[in-house]
Amino acid sequence: MMFLRYAGYRFLTMLLTLAVVSLLIFVIINLPPGDYLSNQIAELRATGQAEGVAKAEFLRQEYALDRPLWEQYLIWVGVAPGPQGFSGLLQGDFGWSFEFDAPVADIVGDALWLTVLVNLAAVLFVYLVALPLGVLAAARSATWVDYTTAFIGYLGLATPNFLLALMLFYYGHKYLGLPIGGLMSPEFEGEPMSFDKVKSILVHLIVPTFVIGTSGAAGMMQRLRANMLDELSKPYVETATAKGLSPTRLLTKYPLRMAFNPFVADIGNLLPAMVSGSVLVSVVLGLQTIGPALLTALKSQDQFLAGFVLMFVALLTLIGTMISDLLLVLLDPRIRYGAREG
Amino acid sequence: MSTLPDGRYVDDAPYDPNIDLSAIDRSDMDASNWVLVWRKFKRHRLGLVSGIFLLMAYLAIPFAGFFSPYTANERSADYLYHPPQAINFWHGDEFIGPFVYPTEAVADLENFRWTYITDETRPMPLQFFCKRTEYNLFGFIPSERRLFCAPEGATIFIFGSDRLGRDVFSRISYGAQLSLTVGLIGITVSFLLGITFGSIAGYFGGVTDWVVNRAIEILRSLPELPLWLALSAAVPSNWGPVSVFFIISIILGLLDWPGLARAVRSKFLSLREEEYVRAAEMMGAKPGRVIRRHLLPNFMSHLIASATLSIPAMILGETALSFLGLGLRAPAVSWGVMLNDAQNLASIEIYPWTAIPMLPIIIVVLAFNFLGDGLRDSLDPYKG
Repeated sequence: MMFLRYAGYRFLTMLLTLAVVSLLIFVIINLPPGDYLSNQIAELRATGQAEGVAKAEFLRQEYALDRPLWEQYLIWVGVAPGPQGFSGLLQGDFGWSFEFDAPVADIVGDALWLTVLVNLAAVLFVYLVALPLGVLAAARSATWVDYTTAFIGYLGLATPNFLLALMLFYYGHKYLGLPIGGLMSPEFEGEPMSFDKVKSILVHLIVPTFVIGTSGAAGMMQRLRANMLDELSKPYVETATAKGLSPTRLLTKYPLRMAFNPFVADIGNLLPAMVSGSVLVSVVLGLQTIGPALLTALKSQDQFLAGFVLMFVALLTLIGTMISDLLLVLLDPRIRYGAREG
Repeated sequence: MSTLPDGRYVDDAPYDPNIDLSAIDRSDMDASNWVLVWRKFKRHRLGLVSGIFLLMAYLAIPFAGFFSPYTANERSADYLYHPPQAINFWHGDEFIGPFVYPTEAVADLENFRWTYITDETRPMPLQFFCKRTEYNLFGFIPSERRLFCAPEGATIFIFGSDRLGRDVFSRISYGAQLSLTVGLIGITVSFLLGITFGSIAGYFGGVTDWVVNRAIEILRSLPELPLWLALSAAVPSNWGPVSVFFIISIILGLLDWPGLARAVRSKFLSLREEEYVRAAEMMGAKPGRVIRRHLLPNFMSHLIASATLSIPAMILGETALSFLGLGLRAPAVSWGVMLNDAQNLASIEIYPWTAIPMLPIIIVVLAFNFLGDGLRDSLDPYKG
């Protein structure tokens, strides 16, 4: 019962945060002077194309861009009636992309799922890599195992993501025959799901997952190692050793469990970084996630598209953080409900 | 030492009645905290080496023009995409000193690019302290001297040349000016914001604390890069390189402060209850004074260590933004701007040297990490 109440509370905070975030995003997007349409109108006027101006003016009214900013915000979110009544994010109407001349929903479409997929794969990769390596580095601290993992970890932290992506793509293709660019072979695009399509996506996922996950895995590995070392120096470990517990069993029985807590809690830090990374890597590698759409939208002030993508990315991280908070409570009963400061 | 009849030992040295009993045996026992930290830090080899390296790198920044054989945007139109040249010392069996072989461009009509043929019969010694195109030492003293440059009729592209025939090595050393300082400015912004908000929240508590805390939580839960992108996209494109540089550094710092503020706040919450704070308050010190004079010095060193650890993120951030074309733009030269040229697979395959700017990035980021780790480990000189 306590858990359900906490979950409810946590969900409410997430919604509130989301509301604040939407305001923040709206402000940031409207920072540049003018908007897509007024720029276009100015351009059309300069070249003397009258009918284009009429269309742009119509769109401006249609999307309430001629109203004051605060009204625009409320309409965008969907709590105030726009020219077509209530139709904002809350009603599932994401607006119109001026750059692509299509509804935002149509443009992002599949990209949303692929974004989630890429990020999930990366998170999974981080855990699968960081857990064994971190534990191993702690158990064999100050040996060559420790130094090698530390070195690789540091290198992973220091290499810019996008360069790693380019390098891996090039060498992966040259020596391992991995496919270049995209998230699936072109012939599967727009096709219904099939076994071959899934296989194609999986093969294409290898490099992006590795690239996005590397820096996260490196950081996580370092923290896990530090936590494990803290635990290993405690008296109970000595007792267990003295009683003759085998090293493996000793390691997995208690210290690992203790060190695992921060591991779950860390997802709150990990996720924003991963999503950031995935946006960048998607642009470089031409993955069909929302990264490239965001970049185009930002460069051309396509505000509804940019706003929606940013909102989606924020939602993704907020949900991830919430799940990690809930997991943490389930995992460690000592953490008091509601009190999350430590 | 002599033995008394009852078996006790007595020191033969004459007794000095004026001796100061409160003095300690070894003068370094009450060394100040900073001395102890330094002593411990010196033992952290990797951190020390990184620190010295970074110090030298930053000190060399004003001399970028002196160390590079060309200026940053100087184009050698006859040498586009010239591969890296080696500096040789031995010509056959004969020792000449540092010299290069001249090269000549030949059009490769099959692949439609230039190939360069090295003429290995004519060694041409490098010139030292030579005069070439004018540049500004320290940014304002006009000078023509350079440490080394190519002899007439030859070129010296240690790291090759790029798409427009500009020397990659020179551009890296010029690019360091922006790439290295972007982190410093960013961290200053983040430091000021973080300390201000963190200390206000931690010291006053209550509603202020709640508001600041929610702000921190919200900012921390957002992915940085998309926000960086959005903010940089808002920078007007008609601004000059210098203003763009400053605004980008500020943007990088603007999203980095929550982590620092959180650390400051939690420290303040516990330190606020200490007696000396109470005493200061009783004596009528204003909150500003208590925070600045009594509380902050307590953990300034920790803050510096964590700041060192967040500089790399900013350097990488600038690189990423410039790489995507939303950060610094040509004619400004930074490592990210240079990598913008290496954006596609073709250039990595055919002209791999255009990706060389990644090396200084990796090295500097690693150095900051090691330095930060070293500082963090040695800041508690009484432990371990």
